[in-house]
Amino acid sequence: MSLEAFAVLAAALFGVGLHGALGQRSVVMLMMGLELMLGGVVVGAAAVRHYLTPDVAEGQVLVLLVVTAMAVEMAVGFAVVTALFRARDVDTTDLAAELRR
Amino acid sequence: MPVLDEVLFVVLALLAVGGAVMVFRFDSMARATYALLTALLCVGGEVLLLGLDYLGVVIVLMMTIEMALMAVFMVMYMMNPAGLVPMSMVHNPRLALAVAGTVFAALTVGAVLAPWPVGRARQPVDPTRELGRALMGPQMLTMMTLGMALFATIVVSVVLATPRGRYQRFGDDLRSRPADDPLPAGTRR
Repeated sequence: MSLEAFAVLAAALFGVGLHGALGQRSVVMLMMGLELMLGGVVVGAAAVRHYLTPDVAEGQVLVLLVVTAMAVEMAVGFAVVTALFRARDVDTTDLAAELRR
Repeated sequence: MPVLDEVLFVVLALLAVGGAVMVFRFDSMARATYALLTALLCVGGEVLLLGLDYLGVVIVLMMTIEMALMAVFMVMYMMNPAGLVPMSMVHNPRLALAVAGTVFAALTVGAVLAPWPVGRARQPVDPTRELGRALMGPQMLTMMTLGMALFATIVVSVVLATPRGRYQRFGDDLRSRPADDPLPAGTRR
């Protein structure tokens, strides 16, 4: 194992997640893409802490921060989807375009 | 042990990336959710492999519950929860693939070619203890901010997901009587 290997894994997860976040029409699938991107950030942050700064606790704090962001994103995302579905009966990003006008 | 760690890393990495790809390939939304669960559990496994026992277990437990909830939302909202017919809900897939591929390539090149510092510092005996001491000491502000953010998340989620609360029924000052209900029923209070 090496830092490079973990970094490539993190890049792969980030790239797959970005593909989903950019390409999916469903809001829920878009959220799945965001979760994968954050998962890649978690792997990258944990690997950098392990290989470069294992004696600094702030690396772990960063991982905790990203994991919290994953939970918040999922909870608020589903609440927004629920509100959007109730108000407009839509669950895709293409149909939720009020802010464009 | 190093060989076992290498094997575990490769297996978890393949499962993580494979699961991530299958999230957007499955026709069934429920299956996509479990593919995402597989990918994120493997992320937790990689974090465990990096010596962060507490954070790895937190990720595994959190993602298990999160994806179980997500499966329920999938069945509620999505048109094709069981995957009985082919489904594709994408827009501009070529551009998305090109952007994602470019970002992946750039990150990979950066990761491989970057002059990472050599010489490793000492690994802490107990990383969980180090994290706890940091959060209860110099990183207390971070901990308090995370706590407030999670509390705000609870409030925002309930407000957004509530279809008709007391403010809709009784007005902004909660003094409007009788209640503004779509159907008059009950004791009209």
